[in-house]
Amino acid sequence: MQENKYVKYTLIGISVVFLTLMLIIPLLVVIVEALSKGFAVYFKAILDPFALKAMNLTLIATVVAVVCNTVFGLCAAWLLTKYSFKGKNILSSLIDLPFAISPVIAGLVFVMTFGRISYLNDFLTANNLKIVFATPGIILATIFVTFPFVTRELIPLMHAQGKDEEEAATMMGASGFTIFRKVTLPNIKWGLIYGVVLCTARAMGEFGAVSVVSGHIRGKTNTLPLHIEILYNEYNFTAAFAVASILVIFAILILIVRNIVEWKNEKEA
Amino acid sequence: MNKKSILSVAAAILFAVVGLTGCGDESAAKTDDKAPVEFLNVSYDPTRELYVEFNKSFAEYWKNKTGQEVNFAQSHGGSGKQGRSVIEGLDADVVTLALAYDIDEISQAGLIHKDWQKNFKDNASPYTSTIVLLVRKGNPKNIKDWDDLVRSDVSIVTPNPKTSGGARWNYLAAWAYASEKFGGDESQIKAFMAKLFHNVKVLDSGARGATTSFVQREQGDVLIAWENEAFLSLVESPDQFEIVVPSISILAEPPVAIVDEVVDKKGTRELAKAYLDFLYTKEGQEIAAKNFYRPRDPEIAEKYKDKFPTLKLVTIDGAFGGWAKAQADHFADGGSFDQIYTDK
Amino acid sequence: MAKVTRVIPGFRFTMGFTLFYLTLIVLIPLASLILKGGGIGFGKFLQTVLDPRVLHSYLVSFGCAFFAAIINSIFGIILAWVLVRYEFSCKKIIDGLIDLPFALPTAVAGIALTSLYSENGWIGRFFYAIGIESSFSLVGITIALIFIGIPFVTRNIQPILKDLDTQYEEASMMLGANRWTTFRRVIFPEILPSLLTGFGLAFARGVGEYGSVVFIAGNTPMKTEIAPLMIMSKLEQYDYYGATAIALVLLILSFLILFSINLIQWRMSRLKGI
Repeated sequence: MQENKYVKYTLIGISVVFLTLMLIIPLLVVIVEALSKGFAVYFKAILDPFALKAMNLTLIATVVAVVCNTVFGLCAAWLLTKYSFKGKNILSSLIDLPFAISPVIAGLVFVMTFGRISYLNDFLTANNLKIVFATPGIILATIFVTFPFVTRELIPLMHAQGKDEEEAATMMGASGFTIFRKVTLPNIKWGLIYGVVLCTARAMGEFGAVSVVSGHIRGKTNTLPLHIEILYNEYNFTAAFAVASILVIFAILILIVRNIVEWKNEKEA
Repeated sequence: MNKKSILSVAAAILFAVVGLTGCGDESAAKTDDKAPVEFLNVSYDPTRELYVEFNKSFAEYWKNKTGQEVNFAQSHGGSGKQGRSVIEGLDADVVTLALAYDIDEISQAGLIHKDWQKNFKDNASPYTSTIVLLVRKGNPKNIKDWDDLVRSDVSIVTPNPKTSGGARWNYLAAWAYASEKFGGDESQIKAFMAKLFHNVKVLDSGARGATTSFVQREQGDVLIAWENEAFLSLVESPDQFEIVVPSISILAEPPVAIVDEVVDKKGTRELAKAYLDFLYTKEGQEIAAKNFYRPRDPEIAEKYKDKFPTLKLVTIDGAFGGWAKAQADHFADGGSFDQIYTDK
Repeated sequence: MAKVTRVIPGFRFTMGFTLFYLTLIVLIPLASLILKGGGIGFGKFLQTVLDPRVLHSYLVSFGCAFFAAIINSIFGIILAWVLVRYEFSCKKIIDGLIDLPFALPTAVAGIALTSLYSENGWIGRFFYAIGIESSFSLVGITIALIFIGIPFVTRNIQPILKDLDTQYEEASMMLGANRWTTFRRVIFPEILPSLLTGFGLAFARGVGEYGSVVFIAGNTPMKTEIAPLMIMSKLEQYDYYGATAIALVLLILSFLILFSINLIQWRMSRLKGI
């Protein structure tokens, strides 16, 4: 496996240039703008009570969405790769459907299902349930937009691995859950962690769909991305970027945790 | 071991979340226990600063009068989007939007009594504004009036009238000028508007986006903007811009209304009424004027008359036959705005 | 046949749960959208979705999303390859950065990109110097869509590449094939299914993207107006039916793209005999 040095460095060079132009510099802009008026202003912006409340709401929505979608993702990927049945293509494409839906429409969908103009409205008001323009709606919208992430990561991987090992385990009399735990999970864990990381990142950053179901009530139904928009619209650019930098920091934290696990694992192996 | 490492990741994330959520809840609890009445004012983008100040004054006034404390919540966004949120179930006690058209839609959906515009004086708009032109310092392109906007060397920034309520006022202001210039000849007016929009470089989706494109991105030579937005830009970036007052413009009347369905459900009608009435008091009018809105009250208007230049203003009812008609003529699908881009 | 393929237990449970969750989160809400939008009538529906401005906006959305997905596919393969096969300093950092476009709210991404790529921005001035308008133009839209789509292709290929047994490559090399041929004939077929998935996802995501694009697009009708913006402008006029109609068209087109990609993928894996 001797690799040509020139090829190697050319490819690395291309990667670095591409990422610098498309990713690193835009992120630098966020950080530079956030700190442009010094650390005092920065901390004031991120410790603002409204910012903290928004952070709280974002975390709740993210955790619920990620947990739900991970459980679902494992189930669906197992179903789609271990069995063959009629309508598999359609089912698989339906799972991808939320990707094909513009976030704006994703939000609208829930407003039409649970809002004042929906068929369910009488039932919901009678039971004093508030779904849209409240936390449940925000969680639902977040689940919806991050719906396929885990499944999508797992399917190609589980496909590539085939199902020989699971079949062998079945022959030896293991139960479904044991097979999953002992045979499948170790094989797919990187894909699973990637999926969860993507799902988490996307859930934290979701803007379009949540914006439709939120109602933008400051301190109540504003998530971090919506809070950023509000600050930006107040011409409070520094604060907007400061709050945005929190999302970047969160994402980096998750990635660090992932890397530590990966590194530990390699060491043991 | 593999399983363990996954578990530890999950545990780490969970702990982090629980910790942070805990902190958030404490601060939430603090604000909640002194909030006997919740009151939501759903408004459009540029009024945020105005209502922060106004809510403070009103809270004091209301507490002195009734002893009741009110927890004010504010929601801001594009006027049309906000109107839609109320129709879809956002529990607003009052709406203070950019266009009567948006409140008419809420009214049509059954949340507001259809005579809402008669419930408060001056067409239910306690403060007004108008449309002006914002140019770069020194006015390098020598822009004096609407006429200069159709010159081929001028590039314009304005929001899209289809997505921004405020931008509809901009469009109608330009139309009013052309209408006067060409004596109401529709084909000439349309040619003028087409030429003007041909010069538009960026058609942002909202008024604040357009201001940012002009101010921060340095796009275009002139921004068509609300007077209050233009003033705010002067404050935000001093010595970079100038306001050009055109010979004729439109009287922009942002209306207010009580959302009947919500206040009846919540029992906040009295409060809502007092809230909107307070906008018409000397104190309320002064706050509006300080936030660059033109006050209705003659006394306050006199006090701030240096700030707001006088110019010829047409009204939506006088020149365009009201919002319903203006909407159908100009902004609905196939209206005059669409014709600019589809008739080549 | 069916019996043979369902040796592994758990079919009923996973099928049941998958269908339940899918119905609850995706299908019921979508059905209510279609139900609400259905009141428009067929004539009006066609009139709305075939309006010249709307047609042009599909073209902009699909065209830019396609180009962005192609560019992301090319760089995605290179990135995944570099990250899996080579060791170099700061590899970990680069690997971690790739997911960040997801975490950044699209509006923030749009604002940051616009300030960079506009005429007076750090990067934009170089583009403008060589005559490329990198903001308020189709190029600008494509740049925004590349940004939001970066993780899809790379992240889909990476695990496959990691699991790929290198002995085939070695065999191929020993048989005298050069690097490029080995990549084309041995590695590429292996990563193709996940490449397609990544491409499809980046494409579909790009078509629906609104938040980041509106800042950099310029939004001029018949030029740089994207389809999601048309939906927003219908909504702004309280035209739920019109908005739903356009949304439905977008939805069906994107669904067809995803569906055909899935079809190709399953067909390929069947050919491989898995």
